[in-house]
Amino acid sequence: MNKSIPPHGTEKVIISRKKFSDLIFENLTFVFALMILGIVLWIIYEMYFYSGESRSAFGWEFIWSNEWEPVRKEFGALAFVYGTAVSSILALIIALPLSLGVAIFLSELAPKIIKSTLSFVIEILAAIPSIIFGFWGIFVLAPFMRSDLQPFLQKYFGYLPFFQGTPLGTGLLTAGIILAIMIIPIITAISRDVLKAIPQSQREAAYALGATKWEAIKMALLNAKSGILGATVLGFGRAVGETMAVTMVIGNRADINISFFEPAYTMASVIANEFAEASEILHLSSLIEVGLLLFGVTFLINSFARLLIFSVTRNAEGR
Amino acid sequence: MKVILDTELKFEEHQKLKGKDSSKFAITTTDLSVHFGLKAAIKKINLKIRRNTVTSIIGPSGCGKSTLLRSLNLMHELTPRTKVTGTIKILDKDITEYDVINLRNKVGMVFQKPNPFPKMSIYENVISGYKLSGKNPSESFDDIVERCLIHSALWDEVKDRLNKPAISLSGGQQQRLCIARTIAINPEIILMDEPTSALDPLSTMKIEKLIHDFKNDYTIIIVTHNMQQAARVSDFTAFMFIGDLVEFDKTKKLFTVPTVKLTEEYITGKFG
Repeated sequence: MNKSIPPHGTEKVIISRKKFSDLIFENLTFVFALMILGIVLWIIYEMYFYSGESRSAFGWEFIWSNEWEPVRKEFGALAFVYGTAVSSILALIIALPLSLGVAIFLSELAPKIIKSTLSFVIEILAAIPSIIFGFWGIFVLAPFMRSDLQPFLQKYFGYLPFFQGTPLGTGLLTAGIILAIMIIPIITAISRDVLKAIPQSQREAAYALGATKWEAIKMALLNAKSGILGATVLGFGRAVGETMAVTMVIGNRADINISFFEPAYTMASVIANEFAEASEILHLSSLIEVGLLLFGVTFLINSFARLLIFSVTRNAEGR
Repeated sequence: MKVILDTELKFEEHQKLKGKDSSKFAITTTDLSVHFGLKAAIKKINLKIRRNTVTSIIGPSGCGKSTLLRSLNLMHELTPRTKVTGTIKILDKDITEYDVINLRNKVGMVFQKPNPFPKMSIYENVISGYKLSGKNPSESFDDIVERCLIHSALWDEVKDRLNKPAISLSGGQQQRLCIARTIAINPEIILMDEPTSALDPLSTMKIEKLIHDFKNDYTIIIVTHNMQQAARVSDFTAFMFIGDLVEFDKTKKLFTVPTVKLTEEYITGKFG
C-alpha cells in the first residue's frame, strides 16, 4: 500500500510535468487551427495585392464590361460572371428536384438495404474526380446533346429564345447538366441529414392525425425547409466554383448569349485556360481579379448556406 | 371477466340521448398479440373497453402498455417487422375494415412528449389535423380552433397570441395544445401515451381534469406509470406484466381488492 504513495516531493513534479505536456499539446493544436485561418487570409491578401494593376486600370468597370481582349489589353469579366451564373443556375434547376426526391426516398421511404447501398453510391458519385466528369461530358454527353437532346428541345421548345441556335453539343446547357450531376450528391446528402434530424415524434404526430405518407413527409419538409435551402445553396456554391469539367464542355467563348446552346465561359474556366499563357502583367492581374471575384462570391454563398443548415441542425433533438 | 357498471342504466340513457348506437364497447380485442421480429411484445390480450369511460393501463416499464395502445390506431405499422395476430374491434367494426386514415380520425392519440408542429402557429397547430382530414367544414376554422382550445382549457392563456409559434408555449401548454389538435379531428376514442410524464405537477393536474371532463364525449385510454394517476382519473384499470394482461377491473376494485397476487404486489410497491 505504501508503494502507491509517492515519496515526499515527487508529487509536485509529476503534476507539473503533465501540465507542461498538456500546454504544448493545446498550443500546438491551436497553432494548427490558426494556420487554416492564416492561409485563407493570405490567399485573400495575395489575390488582392496582385490584382492591383487591373483594379486601378478598370475599376468597377471590370465587372460591367464584357470585353475580354488580351491583344487590345481590354479586360472585362461580365461574360464570365454570366457564364458562371447561368450554368450554375441551370445546374440547380436540374439537380434540386432530383436530389430532393432521392433525399426523401432515403430518409423516409427506402428499406434499410436500399438505403445503405444508395447512400454509398451517392457518396462515390461525390468522390469522382471532376476531370472524369469532363471526359464523360466530352465523349458521351456532348454527342448525345448534339444528336438527340438539343434537336428535341429545339423541335418542341424552339419558340423560346433559350433553345435557339445551332446544336453544337457543347455549351451552357451541357455545362449545366454536368454540373447538376456533380452537385446532386452534396444536395442529396445534406438534405437527407436534415430530414433525418427531424424527430420521429413529429412524423408520429402527423400520422396520428390521419396524415397520409405524403402529408407526413410534407410536414417534415416544412420543418426542414431552411436546412434544405442551405443544402441547395451549398450545391450552388460548388457549381459556381467547379472548374475542370465545365471547362471541357462549356465551349470557352467569352460571349453573352441568351441561348443555352451557345458556347460560353466561366470565371473558373478562364483562369484555368489562360493563366499559363498570360505574359502581360495586366492580363495576369485581370485573371487574378477574376479569381478574387470568384472567391468572394463562393465565400458569401457558402457562409449563407452554412448559416441556414446550422439553424436547423442546432435544435435537432435526434431521433 | 364480468364487470357490472354501477351506472349501467344511466349510461345507456345517456347514449340514447346522444343518438349513438347502443353498443357498450368502444374497443374489443380478442387474443391480440404483437410481435417485433421474434420477440412478443404483448400476448393474447382480451380486453373490452366501454364507451365513454376512462381506462388506464398500468404496469412496469417494457410490459407492453404502449404497444397495446399503439396497436389500437395502427401506429405500430410505423415500426418495421411488426406482426399482429388476433382481432381488434373498434366501434363494432373490425380494425382491418377501416382505412387507416379514417381509423386515425376516429381514434386520436396524445403522446408522451408534447409534439406540436414547431414551424406552425398555435392556430395552425389546432387546425392542422382537421385540414388533413379534408372534411367539409360545418363550422369555420376560427370556430373550431376556439371550441377546441376552450375544451382543452387553453383558450384563456393563448387567445391573444394565436399566431405565435406553438413552441413559444410551456410544456404543459404544448401538451394541451396537442390535445386540442386531437379533439379538433373529432375522434370518438382518445389514446394517451403517458401524457403527463414530461410535465410538472400543476400541468399534470390540469390534464387530469381535462380527462375527467372529456368522459362525456370520448372514450379514453391512458397509459401511465403513475398508479396514483390511474386511481385518480380512470374508471377501469388494466394491469399488464411482461406482455400479459394480468388483471382488468374497475379501478376502485383493482386498487382495493385485487384478485391476482401479482397485481397486489405491484400496487403495494413490492416491485416495479
